[in-house]
Amino acid sequence: MKHYSAFAVAREALRYHTGWERAWRSPEPKKRYDVIIIGAGGHGLATAYYLGRNYGIQNVAVIEKGWLGGGNTGRNTTIIRSNYLQDPSAAIYEKARGLYEDLSQELNYNIMFSPRGVMMLAQTQHEVRGYQRTAHANALQGVKTEWIGPERVKELVPIINIDGPRYPVLGALWQERGGTARHDAVAWGYARACSNMGMDIIQQCEVTAIRSANGRVTGVETTKGAIECDKLGIVVAGHSGQLAEMAGFRLPVEALALQALVSEPIKPCMDVVVMANTVHGYMSQSDKGEMVIGGGTDGFNNFTQRGSFHHIEETVRALVETFPMISRLKMLRQWGGIVDMTGDRSPILSKTPLGGCFINCGWGTGGFKAIPGSGWGMAQLMATGHSPLTEAFSLDRFKEGRFIDESVAAGVAH
Amino acid sequence: MLILTCPYCGVDAEETELTAGGEAHLKRFGPGSSDDEFHDYLFARENPKGAHFERWRHSNGCGKWFHAARCTATLEVFGTYSAQVTEPPQEIRDAISAKRPGWTWREFS
Repeated sequence: MKHYSAFAVAREALRYHTGWERAWRSPEPKKRYDVIIIGAGGHGLATAYYLGRNYGIQNVAVIEKGWLGGGNTGRNTTIIRSNYLQDPSAAIYEKARGLYEDLSQELNYNIMFSPRGVMMLAQTQHEVRGYQRTAHANALQGVKTEWIGPERVKELVPIINIDGPRYPVLGALWQERGGTARHDAVAWGYARACSNMGMDIIQQCEVTAIRSANGRVTGVETTKGAIECDKLGIVVAGHSGQLAEMAGFRLPVEALALQALVSEPIKPCMDVVVMANTVHGYMSQSDKGEMVIGGGTDGFNNFTQRGSFHHIEETVRALVETFPMISRLKMLRQWGGIVDMTGDRSPILSKTPLGGCFINCGWGTGGFKAIPGSGWGMAQLMATGHSPLTEAFSLDRFKEGRFIDESVAAGVAH
Repeated sequence: MLILTCPYCGVDAEETELTAGGEAHLKRFGPGSSDDEFHDYLFARENPKGAHFERWRHSNGCGKWFHAARCTATLEVFGTYSAQVTEPPQEIRDAISAKRPGWTWREFS
C-alpha cells in the first residue's frame, strides 16, 4: 500500500496522477478463512480491522452482498456523539468517539472527522430535566458534556429561533467534541487498512446459507461458492433477521425505514450539529454547504429503502419553525435506509446459540457514530470470547430483563 | 403513499390517517408462563421480508383497529380484515397465495 501524504499528492501532480493504485484489492474468495465477517459496512470492516490490529487475526474475509459501504454506512447523517444516559451505552459510544479523534492518522485515510460540537435542544420542561440528568450522568461516566442555556444556544447557532411560539428553546445538552465525519471515507479507510493486512474484501457476493456441524458454524454458502471458516460474524444491520434465520436462531429485531435528505448547497451558516428531539428533526451543514437533515423512522416494517413522504414533511415542518431561514431552501435528494430496531433501542453485540457465530446488529437509527467502538468490542468478543464493552449488549438481556433502555432515557430521535 | 381500506368504515385511508400497530395475531402470555414464552410474546417478531400480517388503527377516521396483510419487500397490500379474528381469513391467504406462491408466516401458509 502506498502511503498517502502531502508529498504523495505533489509527486502525483507532477506525473498527471498516473501513480495512484486501487485502495483495496477485489480478490476471489479462498476456500477457507479463520474468520468470515458478513457485511462490508462500517461495523463489519471495523470488526475485521481490529481483529487484525489488536489480535493478529489476519486470515479474514469480509463478504458483502452489494458494494462496500452501500447500506446504512452510506445513508446516515454522519453525526458522532456519546451523550447517552446509560453506562454501557456511554462506554461504547465514547470509546468510538475517542477512536474517531485520530482515526485519520491511524488509517492514513482522511475521514474528515470534524468535532464541531453536537447540541441537543431542550424544547419542553420534561426535556430540560432529562438533559440535565444526562449531563450529570455523563460527568460520572467521564463523557464531557454540559448543560447550556438559551443565550449560549443562540450564540453558537445564530440562525436558530429560540422563542418560537410552539417549541421555544429552553436550553441544550452540548457536547463540544461531538461532530461529524465523512461516512463513506470511514468505510473506505477501514477497507484499505484491512486489505493492506492481507484480508479479502469480497463484494457482490451474497450469503445464501450458513453451514454448521455439531452446533458449531463451519462456513457459509455464497453466490461465489462455499467458504469455510472457524468463526463467523454477522454484521448486516437491516437484514440481520434473515441471516439469523439461516443460522437457526431468532432476533428481537424489526426492520424499519429511516429517511434523510439534503438541501441545495448554501454558504456556511451553521457550524455545529443541532438535534431537536421533541419535534424529531436534526440538521447539520456539510462541507459542501448542503443542509443535511434527518428525522424519525417510519412506523411500519419495511425492507424497500424508501420511506413515506409525509415523514419528511413532518421533519421539515418542525425544523422550519426552529430555523425560519431554511424555509425557502430547495431540497436536492432524499433517501432511505433499513434500520434494525430492538425492543430497548440498544444494539446487540453477542455470542449466539450457534457456536462460533457472533452477531452485531440492532444499532437502529444511531450506528454510524459507534463504528470504531463497535468494531473494537466485537473484535475482542470474537477473538477472546469476552469484551467488557459488549458484555451488557448480549442477546439474552431481553429474556433476563437487563434492558439498556435508551428509547426513553437518552432522548434519541427515533 | 400507503393506502389501506378500512374494513369497518370502508374508507380508502391514506397513511396519514392511520397509525401502525405492529405485528398481528400475537398470543399473549402473562403470569405463570415460562420465561421463553414471555420473551417471545414481548420481543420475538417475525420481521419477514415478504408477506406480513399487522395491526393498524384508523386513528384519524373511524378510530377502529383492524388487520392488514402487506408485503414488506414491495409495500404491496394484499388486503385488510376485521380485528375480531385470531388468524388471517382464508380469502386473505388466497390473495397472498395468488401473488406469492409458497409463502409462510408463522404457522400460516
